[in-house]
Amino acid sequence: MGKILLEMKSITKEFPGVKALDNVNLQVEEGEIHALVGENGAGKSTLMNVLSGIYPFGSYTGDIVYNGEVCQFQKIKDSEEKGIVIIHQELALIPYMSIGENMFLGNEQGRKSAIDWDKTYAEADKYLRMVGLSESSRTLIKDIGVGKQQLVEIAKALAKHAKLLILDEPTSSLNETDSKALLDLLLKFKQEGMTSIIISHKLNEVSYVADKITVIRDGSTIETLDKNVDDISEDRIIKGMVGREMTDRFPKRNDVHIGDIAMEVKDWTVYHPQFSERKVVDGVSMNVRKGEVVGIAGLMGAGRTELAMSIFGKAYGTNISGQLFLNGQEVQLKNIKDAIKHKLAYVTEDRKGNGLILSNPIKVNTTLANLSSLTSHRVIDKDKEYLVAEDYRDKLKTKCPTVEQNVGNLSGGNQQKVLLAKWMFANPDVLILDEPTRGIDVGAKYEIYCIINDLVAAGKSVIMISSELPEVLGMSDRIYVMNEGKMVGEMSGAEASQESIMSCILKS
Amino acid sequence: MGDKVLKVLKENTMLIVLVAVVLFFNFTTKGMMLQPSQFNALITQNAYVYVLATGMLMCMLTGGNIDLSCGSFVCLVGVIGAKVMVEKQMPVIVGVLVMLIVGVIYGALLGAIIAYVNIPPWIATLAGFLALRGWGVALMNGASNISPLPVSFSTAFTGKLNDLLGGPVIGGVQYNMTSIVVGIIISIVAVFLLLKGRATKLKKGYQADSLLSVVVKCVVITAAIMLFAYKLSLAGGIPFALLWVAAIVVIYSFITSMTDFGRYFYTIGGNAEATRLSGIDTKKIMFIAYLNMAVLTVVSAFLTMGRFQAANSTAGTNYEMDAISACVVGGVSAYGGSGTVFGMIIGATLIGVINLGMSLMGIDANWQKVVKGVVLLGAVVFEILNNKKNAVK
Repeated sequence: MGKILLEMKSITKEFPGVKALDNVNLQVEEGEIHALVGENGAGKSTLMNVLSGIYPFGSYTGDIVYNGEVCQFQKIKDSEEKGIVIIHQELALIPYMSIGENMFLGNEQGRKSAIDWDKTYAEADKYLRMVGLSESSRTLIKDIGVGKQQLVEIAKALAKHAKLLILDEPTSSLNETDSKALLDLLLKFKQEGMTSIIISHKLNEVSYVADKITVIRDGSTIETLDKNVDDISEDRIIKGMVGREMTDRFPKRNDVHIGDIAMEVKDWTVYHPQFSERKVVDGVSMNVRKGEVVGIAGLMGAGRTELAMSIFGKAYGTNISGQLFLNGQEVQLKNIKDAIKHKLAYVTEDRKGNGLILSNPIKVNTTLANLSSLTSHRVIDKDKEYLVAEDYRDKLKTKCPTVEQNVGNLSGGNQQKVLLAKWMFANPDVLILDEPTRGIDVGAKYEIYCIINDLVAAGKSVIMISSELPEVLGMSDRIYVMNEGKMVGEMSGAEASQESIMSCILKS
Repeated sequence: MGDKVLKVLKENTMLIVLVAVVLFFNFTTKGMMLQPSQFNALITQNAYVYVLATGMLMCMLTGGNIDLSCGSFVCLVGVIGAKVMVEKQMPVIVGVLVMLIVGVIYGALLGAIIAYVNIPPWIATLAGFLALRGWGVALMNGASNISPLPVSFSTAFTGKLNDLLGGPVIGGVQYNMTSIVVGIIISIVAVFLLLKGRATKLKKGYQADSLLSVVVKCVVITAAIMLFAYKLSLAGGIPFALLWVAAIVVIYSFITSMTDFGRYFYTIGGNAEATRLSGIDTKKIMFIAYLNMAVLTVVSAFLTMGRFQAANSTAGTNYEMDAISACVVGGVSAYGGSGTVFGMIIGATLIGVINLGMSLMGIDANWQKVVKGVVLLGAVVFEILNNKKNAVK
């Protein structure tokens, strides 16, 4: 057993209403590649943010012991000084600056009074060679591909004299060749004594590079597998990731009659709005029946949100092709207003960014999508509006002092209820719920599930996009699995299991 | 009870500041501030600000967007109107229509560039700021003004409402009876609306303000209206400029607070993407904001031309800044999404009072600018700090 470089002891981190990390322990030996795996939202990124000082000391409990000393990082700079460098999932490079400028951003070379550009570029070139890039460091970031940009990120980390390298999903946007090159680079660094922590969803890659694998689930460490001792096959890892008991976390749905097909799409293809050669949704066909809850499982970036938004009156994407049927009739939805008129609703995954107007009261948010039903000659009947908001507040059990309260002051769960109220008031037949329980606590989740049950009991159709497999399994009558823009599986709720869905995604 | 009083004070800070500033100037100028002629001056000198700031408010609500070109457009559209009415000797109505049409064309162009081509508003309107005045002055062929404008035009915007009722002369002073009567009518309407609003709320079983607070509101509003009516009756009657301003602020106050259309301006400023995903055509709203701005700018040009009885090459200089200042001091958010017509009126009046008061005190014009700058910054800082306390979590 080698020397322990990093030890994180009983780390607990809470966000308002949610316990993101609960007593997490992690031990990393010097010179190893340690993989962190877990479902979306399990707490992997949060743990790494605690380690790198993005969440400063004091905002969590527990100890970080690095190189034998207890560390209290206040900001990223503190951890970087010790040689802990994190490379985030989203690339943090500035497109219109050169590689060299990016590499030494915040760490400029030269005297205090002036940057020494010759030194900057000479040093940058040196680190570029170390990661196997032959580009000049004067090249602009926008002129190199994503794969090379990821390598620049690593070179940037090396320039900070990294001893412990943390990579958060480094290969999520890379193709296979680039991914392989990056992983081999990590193995090469390991030979030279570098320690790395890698977060990844791609289990074949994890099996390929990792010496040890720590599985995190629901904010707790489940187990650490050692390559030399344990079985680290994909199936074994999946079992660790999803193996949780399913108790009554989901309310029972009583005898809902599943009727005719309410909405169907055939051969639906959508291209990215900016990079119009990129297919985001690729030939998807699916349907949902009256009174049915259909789950769409998949990893982040699988194209589920894009599918939903493009159906919802072309709210996303360009060159949308395919057919859309509502109650058996083919329709063309020109815009969002049209979609709402055809009784569709899309409840966004990003309630703060795209869903709610935080600086406005609950009642304004509740009525926004169907305000015209409250007006005569364009004048809003504010008394009626108040009643509507109150009505939904009662129905959904939203906890708030009054409906005059600004939405920004509510907890996540209550915000989600306001968002649901808004779309229920629009009176849709088909609701697409995108991550309806993201970032809210267990109690509020249960209430949201109850609302979904009430909706289908009233004959509505619900499409639920969720990255939480237990939720998909617990709520859906039927499940579609999506990966990289394609539908890669369909199964009935009864026969689906976490393992079957995960292997559908990972082996597609 | 204490909390309630504090809340009322907090919500009406600017109003209280306005009253305090008026009293301060009245003290320092030994009572000159509250002379009838000053009330008249306050309205006629600032009428253009109220009109422009109303348009600016609609733009700012959509996300802190501003129109830098309105001052220059006042100049250009004035020159065009004067050319039609003075040089071509066309009837006044033709001149007015031509100006309005030019306004609609410019507004539609500006709105399209901003809403549909996605040019940042401050850049699109900066271009107008530079180009329009240049064009206007060029059209004047070297003259510094075009005058005299037809009398009927000037009177329509700067005259006073004749005393239809024949007021009494008391102690050698002519009282304008119309002014008093109009004041009483408006007071009655205001009180009626307030009481009726409360009554309907109670009848339908909603939470309503306490009777005391409604009565206090009635008394304050009636007192303010009657003070104005009384002073104006001594100053020769109601200026037409006030009627124009009143009509516009009443209409826009109604639109912004009562209609769905008005609400969309606020929701776009609060969260444009959420508004778009709720099925609202956000681009159209942006377009209309700037179209509306241009039309109101033409109205403002009417008032300006009427006041100077000419089209000047310098007309409208810094008007865009006056309008923005009025909005910002009046609590309109520089980031969009919040602000009211009433707040804007208080802001515009506060700046007008400060101008007037300092002039009466004989303070150097340059120092006046310094004071106005400080007031503007102070208002925004106050606003931000105040919001921070009850900030969104």
